[in-house]
Amino acid sequence: MTDMKTPLAKVRGLGAAKDGTHHWWMQRVTAIANIPLVIFMVVSFVGNAGKGHAEWVAWMKQPLVSVLVILFVANFCYHMRLGLQVIVEDYVHEHGTKIATMLFISFACVLVAALSIFSVLRIAFGG
Amino acid sequence: MAEFSLPKNSVVGKGKTVKAEGATNTRNFQVYRWNPDDGENPRMDTFEVDMDNCGPMVLDALIKIKNEMDSTVTFRRSCREGVCGSCAMNINGKNGLACTTAIEDAKGDVSITPLPHQEVVKDLVPDLSNFYAQYASIKPWMETQSPQPEKERLQSREDREKLDGLYECILCACCSTSCPSYWWNGDKYLGPAALLQAYRWLIDSRDENTGERLDNLEDPFRLYRCHTIMNCANACPKGLNPAKAIAEIKKMMVERKG
Repeated sequence: MTDMKTPLAKVRGLGAAKDGTHHWWMQRVTAIANIPLVIFMVVSFVGNAGKGHAEWVAWMKQPLVSVLVILFVANFCYHMRLGLQVIVEDYVHEHGTKIATMLFISFACVLVAALSIFSVLRIAFGG
Repeated sequence: MAEFSLPKNSVVGKGKTVKAEGATNTRNFQVYRWNPDDGENPRMDTFEVDMDNCGPMVLDALIKIKNEMDSTVTFRRSCREGVCGSCAMNINGKNGLACTTAIEDAKGDVSITPLPHQEVVKDLVPDLSNFYAQYASIKPWMETQSPQPEKERLQSREDREKLDGLYECILCACCSTSCPSYWWNGDKYLGPAALLQAYRWLIDSRDENTGERLDNLEDPFRLYRCHTIMNCANACPKGLNPAKAIAEIKKMMVERKG
């Protein structure tokens, strides 16, 4: 063995990050919030199935619908960002690759959220 | 990245077969063999064991193999009654104690390998240095701030009962080495065994360092690599539930946030 560190030194490492509880808690909070929001989205999409573009736009323009769709997108993207982080931490061990992957995931989630929310607002406030 | 295939020098080959001369009632035991000194890959040796002249447990068969068929077969064992945790190994795909696993409960050939995803010292002996260091890191002893009392530290019957289902752990490592999260991140994730013991001291009414203990665990890897897979509870030969203890620690973490 070339590594002369004791097993205890390796286990103690850099110490506890004093972090993780907020992440764990928010994963649960967003999961609970997702239950009614996903039900709303599924019921709405099934109900609107087969309708034309104008009817979809009219549906989206309703204030309550706009707000609920924005909440769904924001909550869903936040939940996705938290969940993907767990997968990366589980399987990606090289520090540089991990940072790069997490940056990509964070940016992608924010981009998806921004594009979606902007689209809803444009329909809601558009002519 | 996580390893999904064995490195070249760990690929297991087929080994020798040792027959039981003149026996009529036999069972085959396939035993993982690896010798650090011969430079060979690991192999599975097959031992045909005369069941008319063998005790009922997997450990009995292993001892018979070592005594009568191949004295170089290497494994840990001590108490032979599920108290010491030495003979933890993977038997037909499930972690357990060889001494409390009945041969007749195993179907077909009995395949015996070391505890999964640990470095192997020799044959069925895994290197548990990291596992023991993780146990030491949670400080498995009582820590107090108040002055030493003249007599023993008192504990109510109800508070003592909170330790049931925790103190029975024999540190055999069956749970931690059955946990996929521990396989992928065993260097940083403390694993079910160490966390069950951490909880045992967290809820001991006589311990006065609960906050410091939680500080030491609050980490995305040390604690939060547990994804409630539940292999630990399934593997535990003492019927304990480390996953539940870990869930209780997570609840304490949230509780102290207010």
